[in-house]
Amino acid sequence: MSLAPTPVEMHILPDPMLPYPAVIEDIQSEAYGISTFSLVFTDPAKASTYHFLPGQFNMILLPGFGEVAISISSNPSLPKVVGHTIRYAGSVTRALGRLKVGDMLGIRGPYGSAWPLERALAKNLVIVTGGIGLAPLRPAIYGILRHREDYGRVVLLYGARTPADLLYTEEFASWQAGGIELHTTVDLADENWQGQVGVVPALFYRIRVDPKQTLVMTCGPEIMMRFVIYEALARRIPKESIFLSMERNMKCAIGFCGHCQFGPTFICKDGPVLNYAAIEPFFGKEDF
Amino acid sequence: MAQDLPRITANVVIPKPSLQKVFDNLRASGFGLIGPTVRDGAVVLDEISSLEDLPLGWMADQAPGHYRLKQTHHPEYFFYGVGPDSWKKFLHVPQLKLYSVEKTDGKWVFKPNYDVIPPRAFIGVRACDLSAIGVQDRVFLSGEFHDPHYMRRRERIFILAANCGRAYSTCFCTSMKTGPKVTAGFDLALTELPNAFVLEVGSEMGSEMLRDTSWEPATAFDLGRAAQSVQNAEREIERQLSTDDLPKMLYDNLEHSRWDDVATRCLSCGNCTQVCPTCFCVTVQDTSNLKGTLAERTRLWDSCYVREFSHVHGGNIRPTIRSRYRQWLTHKLASWIDQFGTSGCVGCGRCITWCPVGIDLTEEVKAIREKVQR
Repeated sequence: MSLAPTPVEMHILPDPMLPYPAVIEDIQSEAYGISTFSLVFTDPAKASTYHFLPGQFNMILLPGFGEVAISISSNPSLPKVVGHTIRYAGSVTRALGRLKVGDMLGIRGPYGSAWPLERALAKNLVIVTGGIGLAPLRPAIYGILRHREDYGRVVLLYGARTPADLLYTEEFASWQAGGIELHTTVDLADENWQGQVGVVPALFYRIRVDPKQTLVMTCGPEIMMRFVIYEALARRIPKESIFLSMERNMKCAIGFCGHCQFGPTFICKDGPVLNYAAIEPFFGKEDF
Repeated sequence: MAQDLPRITANVVIPKPSLQKVFDNLRASGFGLIGPTVRDGAVVLDEISSLEDLPLGWMADQAPGHYRLKQTHHPEYFFYGVGPDSWKKFLHVPQLKLYSVEKTDGKWVFKPNYDVIPPRAFIGVRACDLSAIGVQDRVFLSGEFHDPHYMRRRERIFILAANCGRAYSTCFCTSMKTGPKVTAGFDLALTELPNAFVLEVGSEMGSEMLRDTSWEPATAFDLGRAAQSVQNAEREIERQLSTDDLPKMLYDNLEHSRWDDVATRCLSCGNCTQVCPTCFCVTVQDTSNLKGTLAERTRLWDSCYVREFSHVHGGNIRPTIRSRYRQWLTHKLASWIDQFGTSGCVGCGRCITWCPVGIDLTEEVKAIREKVQR
């Protein structure tokens, strides 16, 4: 007699940790140590069904090196080619930096929450980003440009360390032509820089906001976001209208590894885009 | 000699040697047996084959940072309490190959891990540990994503639970409302009496395993003695953890001076997370051959006490022991409830016993509660 459950074959259970192979179609240098990789799934069926929302991220695997969580920075209405703007910061991203067009890697995703563009409909929007923090907001900008008439005033406040570190500068003209008000700043100017010098949150002093009608979306270093929130709150923008994209160490992106916990929040599945009101008790807490 | 089988929810009595017949039935049905056995000075969980392998007469002195086995003259198999092992190591295994990747003709081909998991019977699962399995079920099987590796192991176990007849000084299951009596989620649940086992039938499979064991319906006297045994254990539990408003109390005291105090004692060794039956954090390891044509990903138990656990570019989020202990305790007792609708603590007391410096989370919580700082 055999009463034990019969072995269930593994392949009927999809493994959410398993990536899909993808090919690098293009590598665009954006700034020193930062490039945008355009990736295409090798499986045409996967490529045609894949779609993502602005603010979501993928896990990118380089076999033998490891996996990194990287925001999607390309146009969500063109999901066949998935763009990732990557800064060469750690062992995996540095190895990614040695890859060439035609090389392969693994992708799984998309994961996480999206920028709540639906809540910005008919409202004003202030997007505040620093450095590579613009990458996860670029899909949102594309989405806004596509339906520009659905939104009120849209302002992009963007800063980087130096003028050469500003990303996507060649697209700025078309963004402005499309109805996005752009203010830039750098920490350290060069001889050609005519614009503002200083930290990103200070750009708030360049604009006027109607606090009841304004949504803030911000991504950048945590210290920058702290002061962005400070400036937003000082202008009486409610906590519930402030959204930020957080970053934590991440090994699985599906809530199993525990690394990305931020209090009750799993950055991978509850985030990365979070409402400030939900995380206020923990945000900025030392070593939390 | 054919004998009818008891119904689900029935209580039966078998003589102690007949438990061997239950083991034999399980093995004949294709289950490998995993149960308590004495090794390296502790009761560990491993493959067993017969009653002989069980820790007959063994008990353990347990106290914060202290565990010593001692042989007694009591003829009991299941009075050893809990050892350092929990069933976690069989369901959420410490080291798991996730997949391999092979480069053929310049293309990466992913090969998932299709390991066939043999059905296994867990012998002597405590009420606290049964709750812990339930907690991990929520982590791995209740969300948007299901862990197929956990699921394949989990769905093929037979659970022979064991009610506790005595408690140890580090036990506090009554505070966490998980024991000492098992209430659900088992195939069979035994209560050990001096000369017999009272078995509660929890499933059809459990009933089937009583075939030819010369079981008899439990009398009111047997049930009374069984209830008394559990009551004994319950009475022996001295340690308490007040769970009233615990998450809010901890969240409100993230800057309490007690975190600095515990940081001077905690070694950040991660023992507590390894022995904890619910701690689930893992890391991954990537390896490859020298030619770079074959790579493998392995998932390993990790611990929030490891400094690199929170590493992001530019540094670690939690560089101090203070912040790492706070993370562990607030996750276990507070944010776990937000995340999974249940506390991460089942009151088994392992983290207290196996802490090399004897840090006792119930004492830490008490200290924070007594002098609330905001």
